[in-house]
Amino acid sequence: MSRRPYQREMTSEWIFRHPRYLRYMTREFSCLFIGAWTLMLVCALARLSEGPEAWAAFLEGLKSPEVVVFHVVALAFAVYHSVTWFNLTPKALPLQMGDEFVPDGAISGAHFAAWGVVSLVLLYLAGAF
Amino acid sequence: MGERTIDLEVLRYNPETDSEPHFQRYSVPCREEWVVLDALNHVKEAIDPTLSYRWSCHMAVCGSCGMMINGEPKLACKAFVRDYEGIIRVEPLAHFPVERDLVTVIDDFMDKLKRVRPYIIPRQVKAVAHGEHLQTPAELNKFKQYSMCINCMLCYAACPEYGLIPKYIGPAAIALAHRYNQDSRDGGRAQRQEEIAATEGAWECSFVGACSDVCPEHVDPAGAIQQVKIRSTVDWYKEHLMPWLKP
Amino acid sequence: METIQADVAIIGAGGAGLRAAIALAQTDPKLRIALVSKVYPMRSHTCAAEGGAAGVIKSDDSLEHHFNDTVGGGDWLSDQDAVQYLVEEAPKELIQLEHWGCPWSREPNGSVAVRPFGGMKKQRTWFAADKSGFHILHTLFQTSLQFDSIRRFDEFYATELLVDEGRCAGFVAIEMRSGQMRRFDARAVIIAGGGAGRIFPFTTNGAIKTGDGMALAYRAGVPLKDMEFVQYHPTGLPSTGTLLTEACRGEGGVLLNKNGRRFLQDYGMGPETPLGKPVLKTMELGPRDRVSQAFWHEQRKGNAVPTRWGDAMLLDMRHLGEKKINERLPLVRDMSISYMGVDPVTDPVPVRPVVHYMMGGIHTDIKAATPLAGLFAAGECACVSINGANRLGSNSLTELLVFGRRAAMSAMEYVAAGAPAPREAVREALGADAQGRVRDLMQRTGGTETVAGLRKEMTQTMEEHAGIYRSGEGLAAACAKLADLRRRYRAIELHDKTNVYNTDLLQALELGSMLDCAEAVVQSALARKESRGAHQRIDFPARDDAQFLKHSLALWKSNEGPRINYHDVVITKSQPGVRDYSGDHE
Repeated sequence: MSRRPYQREMTSEWIFRHPRYLRYMTREFSCLFIGAWTLMLVCALARLSEGPEAWAAFLEGLKSPEVVVFHVVALAFAVYHSVTWFNLTPKALPLQMGDEFVPDGAISGAHFAAWGVVSLVLLYLAGAF
Repeated sequence: MGERTIDLEVLRYNPETDSEPHFQRYSVPCREEWVVLDALNHVKEAIDPTLSYRWSCHMAVCGSCGMMINGEPKLACKAFVRDYEGIIRVEPLAHFPVERDLVTVIDDFMDKLKRVRPYIIPRQVKAVAHGEHLQTPAELNKFKQYSMCINCMLCYAACPEYGLIPKYIGPAAIALAHRYNQDSRDGGRAQRQEEIAATEGAWECSFVGACSDVCPEHVDPAGAIQQVKIRSTVDWYKEHLMPWLKP
Repeated sequence: METIQADVAIIGAGGAGLRAAIALAQTDPKLRIALVSKVYPMRSHTCAAEGGAAGVIKSDDSLEHHFNDTVGGGDWLSDQDAVQYLVEEAPKELIQLEHWGCPWSREPNGSVAVRPFGGMKKQRTWFAADKSGFHILHTLFQTSLQFDSIRRFDEFYATELLVDEGRCAGFVAIEMRSGQMRRFDARAVIIAGGGAGRIFPFTTNGAIKTGDGMALAYRAGVPLKDMEFVQYHPTGLPSTGTLLTEACRGEGGVLLNKNGRRFLQDYGMGPETPLGKPVLKTMELGPRDRVSQAFWHEQRKGNAVPTRWGDAMLLDMRHLGEKKINERLPLVRDMSISYMGVDPVTDPVPVRPVVHYMMGGIHTDIKAATPLAGLFAAGECACVSINGANRLGSNSLTELLVFGRRAAMSAMEYVAAGAPAPREAVREALGADAQGRVRDLMQRTGGTETVAGLRKEMTQTMEEHAGIYRSGEGLAAACAKLADLRRRYRAIELHDKTNVYNTDLLQALELGSMLDCAEAVVQSALARKESRGAHQRIDFPARDDAQFLKHSLALWKSNEGPRINYHDVVITKSQPGVRDYSGDHE
């Protein structure tokens, strides 16, 4: 037979083939930071259960420059993840009202609004203002 | 009005003469309003009749002419040369084996299309003599978007999951299954679930969303797949926590 | 040569072919069905049809109205018993499609909606937005996937029918991907290969519409009927030739010349109807032949709109509003913007008549049977005749369904009646001969002609001499030219002599089909010394029922032009009258 279909190899360069793939990997990569932050939260709970001295030491440790940088980066990734997530939500949860569908902007907008409200409430409870 | 000479860099492959694909460059005098397909046709007619590629309708409805144009999956009949500068690189659609030049082997796609049972499985058989099913515009809109797929496979070329995991059923096939699931005349969701809610089905998708980006018909297969995931999850919970409910 | 056994083999997997396959599989699951197409089914040109499919369903309509519209629209060349069958079966087929999932557009109450269409007295065109053909094709293709008895052979190009003792015994085909030939041994064959619009340079038809199905039957001795009747669709894009559906006018779009005048009223289709309120069967809802001919006259008068692609007229849809256009004509809007840079919501779109459909084709009777035993045909490649001298828009998609099914039933009856099996030795010899002919073409050296060169000369000749208006002189020149091209075809040398997916070979074979079809068109046109429907002669401007109320039959002759015979038209209820598309008598 003369046929000889050629299989092109897929290398990891696909990530750089178009900005959308880079954006996707960034979103996925954010899970590392979010995971790390979650571990830190578990540590915090552990220290809290060990008594006021352990807790104070933990809080002191949070002020070190490396930890602050980590928090800033983690927050940036978490925000990026949330923004992309909310923007994608209307695709997963289409809402039909009458014949037509609620515009995507309204659904993601509602999510952002709820996020904003919850954030404000938490900040208030934490004594930020 | 506008004539412009463009350079096409086309990936060639003839299994009888080539051990692997290689690029060939063509200089093509183009009219301003041409699409890449027009340039390819000029190559075939006036420069190199050995170039093989698929095309037919030239109006983005038959789905034949999907190719990689400067690394992006596009329909050659809708890639306007005016949108490109410099050399235009034309390659066969990614993630499919190359048969010859720009012609890919699409057997895998055709198999997957069939596996998802893309046809009405009626809840109750209705005789033609009893007329049409009533379907309101609202019910039609629930699935209409997903029925617009022209089977061009640009989504498969854009999807890194499909590229890395060839067993993945893929965007168009799952979106088509979803189209039938959403159709008020259909009762076959349970049967389709076996295919599309399996590991090789919707759960292989990590919502890259590239498929919906490149879809020329705005089908939004990514959305369809997430909706399938949600439905499957709800199904699973219902089945395990409320087994007394019929599916 | 590897052989494939089938009870019924279908060549062509568009609307008609798929409908036939489904009908066979549903009626007898034990039947071995081979569905053979040179493209994957979803690529068939049925997908490009936009407007809709006609079928009587609303209470203000009747089968008689549909019948009369069709027969009158065809300038009385339609076989009236066949038209009666079509209008009766149409609603059932369209409802069957609906049951199979076709996303017909709906009324608010959920019943199927219909829209106005050219040449029709009442609204009866079922539609799926403006992608009706696409949805019909995909509904049929997807429905066909549930039948395991339908074996598909995608990208197989059939080159010759095998005929033994006056019966069709099957055919040989090239498997495109490997270049290998296969012999299909079938007890019945249905040809559903589509039309041949690509013989013209400017057409709505896609690359694949090269008349291969017609040529297969033609060369096997089956006459091609009424080939001179080629339909120009009034509204094609001047840049690409692709189609803007008649539904643009059905929804209320109007046609203007360069002075902004709705010129159709000057050609017997007036009086001018109010903007956005089209009156059925007049003005822009007149039949396609009349509208295209009106443009031709306007062009001669210097009233056409000049564009960089030639003369055009303006299709104005601005008054429909963005909402209606998005809902009912989304593809039209997309195409106008993409390919013409014009948004119909804000500007009139330049359009011009382009070749769209062939009323003529393989001669079949009312049961889709050709004169060759065991061979059947349906769809655009066939001529029953439903469409006579001019087809009404939205009758063709209906015809695919009705006659696709009818061909299947006829094929089944033929198989069940048990014809004697063809002689194996003969089949083998015929197959080998056919293979030899392809091999000769592939291996030929010292050739002086190219596929592209001959094709261009052919299309130019057709455009110049076989267009909307023809003359005896022009047609005679075209006949001579095509005969010359036919001879020169034998001097083609391929640039590509390899086996795997050789499209140089494919295009050479397609060119052969086109040359045969083109010759049938111009010879039939030369012989028909009258004007009727889409066939207009400047030297014979009147309709001549006395001499020419007949179908033409072109019979293939090896190494010469076809012989033209005539065949009676079946007239039952409707006597030839005047085609009146003016609104005056309302």
